[in-house]
Amino acid sequence: MSSPTSTPGGRKRGRNTNPSTPSSEGPTSPPSQRRRGQDSSTGDLMPMPTSPATDMLSPAAPQDNSLLSSPRPSVLPNEVDMSSPLMYGTPMRGTPARQRPDLGSVRKAPQVDLQSEPPSADGAVTSESNTGQRLVIWGTDVNVGTCKEKFQRKVMVFISVVGDPVLNVNCLHVQSFDAELYRQLICYPQEVIPTFDMAVNELFFERFPDSILEFQIQVRPYNALKTRNMRNLNPEDIDQLITISGMVIRTSQLIPEMQEAFFQCQVCAFSTRVEVDRGRIAEPSVCRNCNTTHSLAIVHNRSVFSDKQMVKIQESPEDMPAGQTPHTTIVYAHNDLVDKVQPGDRINITGVYRAVPMRANPRQSNVKSVYKTHIDAIHFHKTDEKRLHGLDEDAEQKLFTEDRVQTLKELAAKPDVYERLSSALAPSIYEHEDIKKGILLQLFGGARKDFSQTGRGNFRADVNILLCGDPGTSKSQLLQYVYNLVPRGQYTSGKGSSAVGLTAYVMRDPETRQLVLQTGALVLSDNGICCIDEFDKMSDSTRSVLHEVMEQQTLSIAKAGIICQLNARTSVLAAANPIESQWNPKKTTIENIQLPHTLLSRFDLIFLMLDPQDEAYDRRLAHHLVSLYYQSEEQIEEEFLDMAVLRDYIAYARTYINPRLSEEASQALIEAYVDMRKIGSGRGMVSAYPRQLESLIRLAEAHAKVRFSEKVETIDVEEAKRLHREALKQSATDPRTGFVDISILTTGMSATARKRKEEVAQALKKLIQAKGKTPAMKYQQLLEDLRGQSENAITKELFDEALRALADEDYLTVTGKTVRLLA
Amino acid sequence: GFIFNNPNSGWEAKAVEFFKDHLKEKDAHTWVPSLNDVPLHYLKPNSLVKFRCLIQDMFDPEFYMGVYEAVDPSTKAKVLRCGKYKDVTECGVRSLPNTVTAERQTFYCVPIPGENPWVKEISSSCLARVVPSTSYAPTRQKRSYEEDDDMDDMDTQMQREPHTGMSCCLSPQSPTEQHGNGDCKRRETEAPSSQTAPASHLDLNFPLPGEKGPSCLVKVYEDWDGFKLNDTLEVFGILSVSPALSALADKKDASSSLLDPTECMETAEEQRVHSPPASLVPRLHVLYAKPLPHNNPLLPSATLEDNSAFLSSTLSEMASVRAELLTFLTPILLGDALAAEYLILHLISNVYSRRDVLPLGKFTLNLSGCPTVASYTERFYQIIQQLVPSSYYLGMSLQNMNQMRFVPKKDYSANRLVSGALQLARNTSLFLDETQLEQGQLDTAGVRNVTALGNLITWQKVDYDFNYHQMEFPCNINVLIASEGRSLLPSDCQIHLQSQITPPHMEEYLSSIHVHPQASQLNKFRMYLSVARLLNYSISDEVTKSVEDDFVDMRKDDPQSISAEDLHRMLVVARLLSLSLGQTSLSRDSWLRAKHIELLRRSRMEQHTCVNGNEP
Repeated sequence: MSSPTSTPGGRKRGRNTNPSTPSSEGPTSPPSQRRRGQDSSTGDLMPMPTSPATDMLSPAAPQDNSLLSSPRPSVLPNEVDMSSPLMYGTPMRGTPARQRPDLGSVRKAPQVDLQSEPPSADGAVTSESNTGQRLVIWGTDVNVGTCKEKFQRKVMVFISVVGDPVLNVNCLHVQSFDAELYRQLICYPQEVIPTFDMAVNELFFERFPDSILEFQIQVRPYNALKTRNMRNLNPEDIDQLITISGMVIRTSQLIPEMQEAFFQCQVCAFSTRVEVDRGRIAEPSVCRNCNTTHSLAIVHNRSVFSDKQMVKIQESPEDMPAGQTPHTTIVYAHNDLVDKVQPGDRINITGVYRAVPMRANPRQSNVKSVYKTHIDAIHFHKTDEKRLHGLDEDAEQKLFTEDRVQTLKELAAKPDVYERLSSALAPSIYEHEDIKKGILLQLFGGARKDFSQTGRGNFRADVNILLCGDPGTSKSQLLQYVYNLVPRGQYTSGKGSSAVGLTAYVMRDPETRQLVLQTGALVLSDNGICCIDEFDKMSDSTRSVLHEVMEQQTLSIAKAGIICQLNARTSVLAAANPIESQWNPKKTTIENIQLPHTLLSRFDLIFLMLDPQDEAYDRRLAHHLVSLYYQSEEQIEEEFLDMAVLRDYIAYARTYINPRLSEEASQALIEAYVDMRKIGSGRGMVSAYPRQLESLIRLAEAHAKVRFSEKVETIDVEEAKRLHREALKQSATDPRTGFVDISILTTGMSATARKRKEEVAQALKKLIQAKGKTPAMKYQQLLEDLRGQSENAITKELFDEALRALADEDYLTVTGKTVRLLA
Repeated sequence: GFIFNNPNSGWEAKAVEFFKDHLKEKDAHTWVPSLNDVPLHYLKPNSLVKFRCLIQDMFDPEFYMGVYEAVDPSTKAKVLRCGKYKDVTECGVRSLPNTVTAERQTFYCVPIPGENPWVKEISSSCLARVVPSTSYAPTRQKRSYEEDDDMDDMDTQMQREPHTGMSCCLSPQSPTEQHGNGDCKRRETEAPSSQTAPASHLDLNFPLPGEKGPSCLVKVYEDWDGFKLNDTLEVFGILSVSPALSALADKKDASSSLLDPTECMETAEEQRVHSPPASLVPRLHVLYAKPLPHNNPLLPSATLEDNSAFLSSTLSEMASVRAELLTFLTPILLGDALAAEYLILHLISNVYSRRDVLPLGKFTLNLSGCPTVASYTERFYQIIQQLVPSSYYLGMSLQNMNQMRFVPKKDYSANRLVSGALQLARNTSLFLDETQLEQGQLDTAGVRNVTALGNLITWQKVDYDFNYHQMEFPCNINVLIASEGRSLLPSDCQIHLQSQITPPHMEEYLSSIHVHPQASQLNKFRMYLSVARLLNYSISDEVTKSVEDDFVDMRKDDPQSISAEDLHRMLVVARLLSLSLGQTSLSRDSWLRAKHIELLRRSRMEQHTCVNGNEP
């Protein structure tokens, strides 16, 4: 438990001492406390200024001027000092100020003059002769003048957005500009942010004196590094500026919150305004005009309300420790932040963390000793918006500690890093090293390139892999592993998923009764990996949506009036079982798994996971399995550590490494491609297509990423070639000839098979010609004739294909069971 | 009072240490009354109680007043008070300087789901043994108030002198002091029913339908990150049943809610769930929470490693108990000794580790060929129920599959995790009765439920539904599937019952085998099964080598005969077989025996496949 002094927290916990106050006569001193007492007693009795702007609650509201022991004797306590930097509420030439309920119905922040401070300490900043210079806000060490001036300089340096009268300020920039200012911003947001507002407005109206805005500029800081995770919030964060990430799970309806109550006397119609302070209205009991008691009644439609909304956010699943349930936090959004977020959005929220004691029951002296906590939102940042727009670099950046980066770089410098990483992948699955290497490269992915200017659009950077093989060869296990490894992984089974489950569907939100777009697995795994098990069991319509995803990396949706194109830059890792229960080595891949070749050609690598039947393998496998069953806890522990390192390694490489092709590598790629085409040309077939070249480039880039290299070099190309060849050898070998034949995958038929088809067609043509002039023939009869004539067995499929080939030549036409000659 | 202000005094740590030490003493923990056994209204508020439970849900952490200033009503002096281990503050709190905010975490805990009656009986009789039952005093209620007053006095004392104060009112150290609390620990057999009666309007969110018993809001003060959902715990803590807690929830004032947004935002549902009446869901402020590796009350409370005497004596007896158990189970399995052997292996199986995604040690058994007459499966389950500490019978009828909630789902309006039948504690036996299956159509929920069962069996995990995403929770549940043919669910091992009884005599036979073994024998079996599950296991290099050789040889003869998957299973069988015999490392003999029974089982399966050709 922390002592009161160790928590620089909120006023409710008594910020009565502050070690960092740069004054010996600190705010704890009796005079200042007395002033604070005056504040609360005089606040309500103060005559209301007539200017509407001075009603505004601000740290420098006129009431507070009484608290300023300003060195200038001319300033009377209640007089409005227009030249004071604290005149925050002053209308700037017609632009109204607006309340900031996000910072609480601003406590009248009293300021204390650091009279006793030796001038030298202040010397550096007193160049600007301003009275606000030496004022600090009571209870903090925030010096209004310094703070303002620093921020103005900062804005000059970093100024980024001025469009709406809202200035979003990246706290990282503040920090890099001035660490002290940043610390103050984090610790005393309630005081510092209004000061920033003042500074910006001054600056703005200095430059553009004639402009009139909807309201005065408000500063909205974001990206405070204090806290990233909801789980780390603790009592020390109360009243501090925090940024946390999470997912919106509920939003309430709009709540009008009273800011200022309007009272009118029933007797003399005298009206008065009373601010709402901490949710309470101090109802005046006596009319100041006619002195009637209890004559004032509230007039609702003349009171001032502001918009407010409760948003509930929940920890994002990625931030969760295993085995625990996600935490939720209540967020209040104010004014224009209302309705900015919807349930399901992933957001980064910056705001002030608050704790409010549970309301005491007036009938009881005992109260619950629990506080309610919430966050007053200042800034929302949607992190999943990039699914609709471009990549958002700074939101996605995972933060690594320097130590971690060092570890990762050391690992990357090892010559065998590629082997190390691939063996760390799914250690419980035995061997299949090339498959693991392929998956490793898939995890890293190629470099993203944008050719939209040349009309090509985005160039696919993600590697797609298909695993086929006998049932029970741990394909599912490998998929499960990958799904658990990557942060944005999705796992679906082809059997259970429909097209809408994969893409997106429109549903009516049970709460808002509005139509909302619910995204499916492919969209959810944008920038991740979508693992699809039992790929072969998928229905045709479901599979057809994959065509677009796997090459264009987008998803087009036209449903219930919602027409849109979503990004689905996902790598697909699929597993398929053979149609027969066992893999038939006499058949080609296409024949074994019965998938359309249009889809197969979109996979960069297709691997076969077969049960190799040889003794040495069996022995190693047995050893591996037995050791699985008796390894001690520590060894397992080590393994887990590896998984965390692997995860970080991949995340780091994906974010920071963006390799480009070197000259030699390009040459090597060109040669490799030409070689691949040459192989086939000797036998009169095409053995490589541009798609294969693109695959090679992606694989080479991924391999360079594994090495943390900014350049793709020849060794990367070599490995890409090797892996690609290895995969082809497995999946595209023509079982009839034993040659690797790419056309099996690209056209669904091997070259020999095509040749055979042509032969049969020719034979059939001859047969028909031999029959002489018979315009119509029976289908069955023709098949039997051909069978009788041919030496080889003619299957019905072969015969149909031959007929189709002849029909394409416009030689004949098939209608039902009759074959008619044309021409 | 100043003592709270000084964090260095460390009195809190000392107090907790004090309780831990005393509870470790022999039998000390049995003096503490248990919420599981004693009805709530017999327990004194603010006394030390214990609760054997499962963490069903975790609420958000809450900030409370760790130290606050209050005005003493009699002396009008300002005093500092400690808010720890309490739900309500006393005497007008003033939120002024000296308040210290601290953090604690709330868990919603329910009694271990599916805990069998014998466990409850034995654990409550343990209590009765130590605390002699005194006569029931009808003036009980009145006295309880008096005691409360005393308690308050003591409380104030305690605030001033925490050390002496706490030890005198809560310490279990001396039986004489304990006597004051003793009478509230009276065992009340009909108690649970009396408690559940008023609960009807409030869903206590038990994972399994028809469960009874109190649920509890457990407040944890330290190291809450170490707890996980579905952990089973024995919690020692201070009971708080202040009616003020529920009063807060009752009050629903429209006018105040307009101005106090913090209260109107919480839905009424959420309030009801998060602050239920303390009379139904008491609060328990944890002093010490002990994770339970098992909930078998017959085993000594110390871990096996710490209790070598017990371990060695049990190990030597295991082989003989096993033989006895086998003779006991064989007639129940219609005279099939092999099936009985596999059943023992299944009952002691346990996911002892996970390698990346692969759970190791699970052994889901599919007992096919179960007769559908004379409610055989129900009777069979009753036997299982007698043997294992917690279990659940799930008839896979179409209605159950379509209508039951298996997977826990987050209810965002009440902000709680609505439990499902698959939210079970570790080592719970889940008995799936597939003979209840009838023709018909599974709807969406049904398909989801079957998928969840499949995932549970294959990966030993359940994907909880969080509406916007799913979250994976690992589990460790022994699934036993009784079916007529091969089960539609995956399983690690299928064995077809070879009945020695001809169908016409089945009815007669089944009614005759309704055996009731001696209590002592049953206890022996119960102990045996729990111990076997907790043993460590290893394989020596030598045996590793011979296993490898065996595998290579078998593959050489016929590569189709044994796959990697088969080897996986054989290794599990060998492990369980060794443990069932009390051997903590694999011997050559056990390996051969494992191979042998696997061979028998497989040959039986092939036979069966030949008989009805439609089996794959």
